[in-house]
Amino acid sequence: MLNLKDISMTFNEGTPDEKKALQQVQLELKQGDFVTVIGSNGAGKSTLMNVISGNLTPDVGDVLIDDKNVTFYPEYKRSRMIGRVFQDPMAGTAPSMTIEENLAMAFSRNKKRTLKLGVTKSRKDYFREYLTSLNLGLEDRLNAKVGLLSGGERQALSLLMATFTEPKILLLDEHTAALDPSRAELITKITEDVVKKFNLTTLMVTHNMQQALDLGNRLIMMDKGQIILDIRGEKKQDLTIEDLLQEFRRIRGEQFESDRAVLG
Amino acid sequence: MLLALFGAVESGIIYAIMALGVYLTFRVLDFPDLTVDGSFVTGGAVAAISMMNGVPPVMATILGALAGFIAGCITGIIHTKGKINALLSGILMMIALYSINLRIMGQPTLSLLNESTFFRQLEGIWAKTGMDDFFNGILQSLGAERVPSTWVIVIVMIFVTLAIKFVTDYFLKTEVGLALRATGDNQKMIRSHSANTDILIILGVGLSNSLVALSGALITQHQSFANVNMGIGMIVIGLASVIIGEALFGKKTIAIATIAVIGGAIIYRIVVVLALRVDFLDSGDMKLITAVLVILALVTPKILQARKEKKRRLKKRAELNSRAEGA
Repeated sequence: MLNLKDISMTFNEGTPDEKKALQQVQLELKQGDFVTVIGSNGAGKSTLMNVISGNLTPDVGDVLIDDKNVTFYPEYKRSRMIGRVFQDPMAGTAPSMTIEENLAMAFSRNKKRTLKLGVTKSRKDYFREYLTSLNLGLEDRLNAKVGLLSGGERQALSLLMATFTEPKILLLDEHTAALDPSRAELITKITEDVVKKFNLTTLMVTHNMQQALDLGNRLIMMDKGQIILDIRGEKKQDLTIEDLLQEFRRIRGEQFESDRAVLG
Repeated sequence: MLLALFGAVESGIIYAIMALGVYLTFRVLDFPDLTVDGSFVTGGAVAAISMMNGVPPVMATILGALAGFIAGCITGIIHTKGKINALLSGILMMIALYSINLRIMGQPTLSLLNESTFFRQLEGIWAKTGMDDFFNGILQSLGAERVPSTWVIVIVMIFVTLAIKFVTDYFLKTEVGLALRATGDNQKMIRSHSANTDILIILGVGLSNSLVALSGALITQHQSFANVNMGIGMIVIGLASVIIGEALFGKKTIAIATIAVIGGAIIYRIVVVLALRVDFLDSGDMKLITAVLVILALVTPKILQARKEKKRRLKKRAELNSRAEGA
């Protein structure tokens, strides 16, 4: 489904600020894979997401979706196949437009936009039915401006908008990080449901290790622009946070020791 | 006085088309487009020179609008593909258009006094109906001494401007229109929903300037001349119309906002006429009046709102206090 081949990306190359954000990253996702991505700040998670979404073009390497090379597709062209939810709840919706208008825009994602009305009677019914599944009461507020909704409601709406055209790939970029614990839990629950419902191929970045363990069938850990750990299937189910920390220490042990020497 | 007001409404309705164009960029796209000062004249210049070369007036007017569309698209391309700041792209295009307009016209002023303009054609048809006598009869019976020479311009332009308003309203609700509005609202979001924001900005600025140029073409025919300087300050007049309209009539939905813009354009003209009747002010003060008007329209609602809030809070406090005393 998604295939990343030898992706490297360096920012500010040749200057003292040079940063190797991705180093020869290889990643292959099968249809229906739900991968959680963890790693410390600066590990390259966001760069990875941006390379997949088309926001950034890698220095070298190819991005393949369904065996089609999309490396040089601009973001708008690629987003026909990719749904994305950002960390910032304000980023995924248009605040001065109504809920139904936002949904209508998401609805046109994988089609050509025409001069037909965006919000029609039949679409409205469809939107209402869809919103009901969120259990947030949004179905009664189709005409409310999205800017009036709370962060949690907006994020739930963003999630819905990113998924209901059944994209080939769903990218979730710490999409629960800016919410309070109960809202985060709700969004996590909705995420689980919707991914299962459409069998979406998903890549989710999170800083919450427990969340990374609970969700999905595969977990990857990134550090310094590389994938240093890739655990799938049953092995992942038995994993604990302590295992992850230990694993991290083992792989980066040498580095760890030298850091300690410097700091000590 | 009555005649002056009538004239204000008449030209206000024509300028309203320009104001709708400014609304499209300034409010919908959130793109402060200064091309307007140039494209307004471009519309007038193209229409005038076409008519003088035998093109039928309606066709000439449409050509004028088309020229404005192209000018707007170029501004959009400079901004999106050239990655030049929106304000600067507009200014550059405005300056460039000044020379282009002079080239189109061949001289700084073109007179249309001997041409059969759109409005003169309308008057010709209208005169046969005898409707003017009917309307003027009403006015005279109400005590008016001097009456307007023709009603056809006001009546036809109301229909034309409203038609443009309804088409704009509809367009902004289509799939393309929604994406256009989202481009002005949250570019990151709409790009992640497969909209090519560059193309949408180019299209939006193009459409906006086609309306501005259409208005310029009609104003040229209304005043029977085109002048290379007639666009100076046009953007501020457009902004004044948008802001006055929104302050007076609101902007809750698109349909309300567009009718408010039309109302704002007419009210702006009326205020100018009234201001010029003050002995102390003359026509050279118009730009100053416009600037003051825009500032007032921007500041007054905020002051009123703040007062209302303060009153509400004080009332709430008083209520709580009296309840506390009662208990």
